[in-house]
Amino acid sequence: MSVDTSQNLTLRPLFKDPGVDLTAYRDQHFKGSRMQQEKLLKMSSTLYVGNLSYYTTEEQIYELFSKCGDLKRVVMGLDKFKKTPCGFCFVEYCERLCAENAVRYINGTRLDDRVVRTDWDAGFKEGRQFGRGKAGGQVRDEYRMDFDPGRGGFGARAQLKGEKQLTRAGNAIERETPKQENEET
Amino acid sequence: MQREPGSSDDESKGSFQKRRKVTESSEEIERRLESLICRVGEKSSSSLESNLEGLATVLEADLPNFKSQILQILVLCSYQLPEKCTIYTTLVGLLNVRNYNCGGEFVEMMLRELKRLISTNQFKFAQFMIQFLSDLVNCNVVTPSSLIALFNSFISITRQDSLQSRKDWYVYAVLASLPWVGSALSEKHSIEVSTIFENIRMYIIHRDKSHREFLRVWSTDDPHPQEEYLDCLFAQVCKLRDDGWIEDVIIRPYRAFPVLANALQHDLPDFVVPPHIAEGSVYPIPQVIFRMFDYTDCPEGPLIPGNHAIERWLIEEQLRSIVRTFNCDKKECASRLLGYPGRDKVPLNHMIVECLMGDIFRLPESPYPLVMYAAVFIELCKLQPSMMPQVLAIASDMIYERLDTMNITCVDRFVNWFSQHLSNFQFRWTWEDWNDCLSCDPASPKAKFVKEVLEKCMRLAYYKRISDSVPPEFAPLLYNEPKISFKYDFKSGLNLSQEERAAYTASQRVITAIKTKCKDDELIIILEEIHQEEASTDGTTFCLPRLEVFLQSLLFLAQKSFSHSFSALYKFHKVLKWAGDGEEGKIAILSITKDVWKNHPQMMLVLVDKMIRMQIVDCASVAKWLFSPKMADDFTRLYVWEIMHSTIRKMNKHVQKLEVELTEMRGKSQISEKKSEDEEDDIMRTYNIFAPNQTDLQRMQDQLDAANGEQKKLFLIIFQRFIMILSDHLVRCESNKTAFNSPWYRNTIQRLQEIFLLHKDTVKKYMATMENLLFTMDLDTRILSVFKQFASVVN
Repeated sequence: MSVDTSQNLTLRPLFKDPGVDLTAYRDQHFKGSRMQQEKLLKMSSTLYVGNLSYYTTEEQIYELFSKCGDLKRVVMGLDKFKKTPCGFCFVEYCERLCAENAVRYINGTRLDDRVVRTDWDAGFKEGRQFGRGKAGGQVRDEYRMDFDPGRGGFGARAQLKGEKQLTRAGNAIERETPKQENEET
Repeated sequence: MQREPGSSDDESKGSFQKRRKVTESSEEIERRLESLICRVGEKSSSSLESNLEGLATVLEADLPNFKSQILQILVLCSYQLPEKCTIYTTLVGLLNVRNYNCGGEFVEMMLRELKRLISTNQFKFAQFMIQFLSDLVNCNVVTPSSLIALFNSFISITRQDSLQSRKDWYVYAVLASLPWVGSALSEKHSIEVSTIFENIRMYIIHRDKSHREFLRVWSTDDPHPQEEYLDCLFAQVCKLRDDGWIEDVIIRPYRAFPVLANALQHDLPDFVVPPHIAEGSVYPIPQVIFRMFDYTDCPEGPLIPGNHAIERWLIEEQLRSIVRTFNCDKKECASRLLGYPGRDKVPLNHMIVECLMGDIFRLPESPYPLVMYAAVFIELCKLQPSMMPQVLAIASDMIYERLDTMNITCVDRFVNWFSQHLSNFQFRWTWEDWNDCLSCDPASPKAKFVKEVLEKCMRLAYYKRISDSVPPEFAPLLYNEPKISFKYDFKSGLNLSQEERAAYTASQRVITAIKTKCKDDELIIILEEIHQEEASTDGTTFCLPRLEVFLQSLLFLAQKSFSHSFSALYKFHKVLKWAGDGEEGKIAILSITKDVWKNHPQMMLVLVDKMIRMQIVDCASVAKWLFSPKMADDFTRLYVWEIMHSTIRKMNKHVQKLEVELTEMRGKSQISEKKSEDEEDDIMRTYNIFAPNQTDLQRMQDQLDAANGEQKKLFLIIFQRFIMILSDHLVRCESNKTAFNSPWYRNTIQRLQEIFLLHKDTVKKYMATMENLLFTMDLDTRILSVFKQFASVVN
C-alpha cells in the first residue's frame, strides 16, 4: 500500500535546483518550434556532454555517468571528416531522474582533468553525432585561439594560419594532461 | 524522500493555486509574503531581532486578509526549514502576542499537519514539527503541561503491543525535542520530567538491539564506540539534563523579546496518535552512530564535542538539515555548510567531513546518491582549498587504517568515492603512506582496497595514467591492462595440437563470414558444420565448441569499444539465442564472455547488463554464473558484486514496472466501465474498443506473476548458493582444523548480509519461504544469525 503524499506543499523561495532548470542554450538545428523544443527538453533523459578531451573514451563516459544510474546509450561526437572523437557526446539515461542527478552532481566535475559541462538535449537524432564546424570538429574549436592539448592544440582557423607561417614539422601531440582549466560557459 | 526537490516548483505551483482563488495581485502579495518569511534569518545588514520585529509588524497588518496563507507558510517553515526553528518560533510568539486567536489557530493547524505527516510516513518532518511545538513553550505560545501531555501520549506507545521501530520513533521524537524545551519544562514540572526520563530509560534498557551488529560501519568499538542511535541520544540528553540543560548551540532569539514573557498561552489540542497500519506504516529503521574523530584529532582550535555532548548531535542535525534543504544545489550546499553559524565554536571542517562520511556509509543506504556527496566534497575543497583537502586526506587515511574492521558495503562506497575524488584532483595521493598494504596478505582488506581503487581510477582515466601516478613498488597492486584475451589468437608456427589448429581455422571462418556481412542463418549453418565431430590423427575424436568459437570470434571482432560490442550482440542476437540455448547455454555465454574480457571488469559489467536487457541471458543464470567455480578467483572482487546488485535491481525494476502497468490498466478499464453505463456518446463507445478488457488484464496479471516467480527464484538461488559455499567452507575448516574466520569468509558473510540489506524491501516478501526452505534451524548458527539479525532490522 502506498501513502498519499499529494497534499505535500513545498516552500518555493529557498529551493534552487540546477538539475531541472534549462540553460540558455538551444540547438539551432532543432526541427520544430521553440515551445516544442522546451517541452522535449523538460521531459528528456538525454544530455549533451561537452568540453571533453578528444582522447576521452566511451568507456570513461560510461564509468562516470553510470554513477547516476543505468545508461541506455552513449553516442560519441565525431569529427565529420576524420570520424574521430571531437570532444562531446550524448548520454541517454533509462530514467529522467538519473539525468537530473547527472546535471546536479556530475556537471562541473572533472573527467580526464577537464571540467565537463552537461546540458539537456531534446533527444539524439542520427547525424547529430558529427561536429558542425567547417573543419569537421565542433564550432567552438573553429575559432579558438588558445592552445588546448586535449582538443587538438590550437583552434582549426588558428592552425590553418599557423601552418602557412611555419615550415617546421609540428610535433604530434601526445595524450597528456592539460594544465589549464578549460570551461565552456 | 517525501519532498521531491526536483519537481518542487511545478508541483507546488499546482497546489498553491488551489489555495489562491483570488486575483492576480493578491497572489503576488502571497508570493511576497512567502519570500519574506522564508528569508528571515538569512544574511542581512540589520540584526535578527529587528528583522523579526519588522516582519511581525508586516504580517500583523496582512493577517486580516491573508491569515490562512500566512499560517500555512509558517506551518511549512516549521518542518521544512528546521535549521531556523527558533527564529520561526519567535516569530510565531510575536504574532501570538499581537493576535492571540491567530496563535491558537496556528497551533491547531500544526497538529493537523503533524497528524498528516505521521500518517504519510514523513517521520523526519514530523520530528522537526514536534521540536518546533516544543520550542513554542519557550515563546509562551504553548503551555508546558499540554506539551508534557503530548510527550506522555507518545511514550505510552512503548507500552503497546507494537513494532519496535514504531515505539522507537515516538521515543526518539521526545528525546530530540528535549534539548529545546527541557529547561523550561523542568522549571515548573520537574516531577513529570523525571517520570518521562524514567519511562524512556525503562524502554531503552529492554529494547532488542541485535540490529546493531548488522548496521554498524565498523565491527569494533576501538577507537570510537559505534553506538546504537537511541542509546546515544538518550545518553546525550541525560548528560544535558545533568549539566542543568545548558548548551550553546541553539540560538534563542526569543530571549531578546521580554514582551513574550507576558503572552497568553494555548493548550495543545488533544492529539490522538495515528494508529499503525499494517502494510502502510513504514517507520524509520534504526541506525548506528558513525564516529571517526574525537578531540585528539583536531588539536588546534576549538575541540570537537564529546560523544555524549548534546552539541555533537545538535550540530550534526543542523548540518544534515542544510544538506537536506540544499541537496539539489551542490554549490549552495557547500557554502551553507561552511557558513554554519556556530563555526567558531567547533572544528567545523572535521564535523562536516564526519557528518557527510557518516551519511555515505549509512546502512542500508545513504540518504542521497553517492555522487551527491562526491560533488559536495569537491565544492567544499574548491571553497576552502587550504583546509578541506587536508581534513579529507586525514579522514581517508583514518578510514584506510580501519579497513580491517569496516563493513564491506561501506568499503565499496569508500572505493567509489575515493577514486572519483582522486580523478578530480589529478590522481594526486601520497601512496607511500600506504606502503603497508604491499607487505600484507593480498586478500586482506587494505591490499584489496588499494587494488580496487586503482582499478576504478583506471576506469575513469586510462591504464598508463594510473600506472604512472603510483610509485613503482605499487605495480603488483595494479590489475592487468584491460585488454582482450582472444583464445584463437594463435601465433603461427607454434606447436598446436590438431584440435587447436581446427579451432583456429573454424574461428577464422567465422570471422571471415562476419566480415563479409553474412546473414544469421548462414552463420548458423557454418556453426553447425563446425560442430561436427572430427577425428584426430591419434584416433580420438573431438568436437569443437560452436558457441565458444562463435562468441570468442564475435567479441574479438567487436573489441574496439562498448558500442561496437553492443551492436555485435544486436546483430547476432538470433544466433546467440540459438547457440546459447537453455540455462547451461546461458551460463556458457557468460563464462566465455568472461574468458575474453577477464582483464576488463567494466566491459563485463556493461555486456552482462546488455545481455540481460536483450534477453540473451536471464537474471538467474547470471547469479548461477557468479557463484560458479570458474568465478571463484574473482568472487571477492568489487565488479562481481556490481554485476550481482545491478542484476537484482534490474529484476526488481522489471517487477515494479509491471505492477505499475497493471494498476494503470485496471484504472483505465474501470473508467471505461463507468463511462459505458451512460452510453450517451458515440465517441465514448469507440474509445471503449481500446480500453483494456478482461483478457488484457489477465495477460498483464500473468506477466506479473511470471516476473514475481522469476524474482523469487533469483533470490532463492542467491541465498542457496551462499549457504552452500559458506557451509562448505566451515566444514572444510573444521576437518582441517584451520581458523574459519579468513578474509574470504568475512568477505563472503558480509556479502550475504549486503544482499539482505540492500534489497531488504524485496527480500522481506520471501522471509517465510526462506525460513522454511533455506535458513532452517539445522543450519550453522554463524550463517543463521545473519538471517535472524536481518529479521530484527526489518521488524
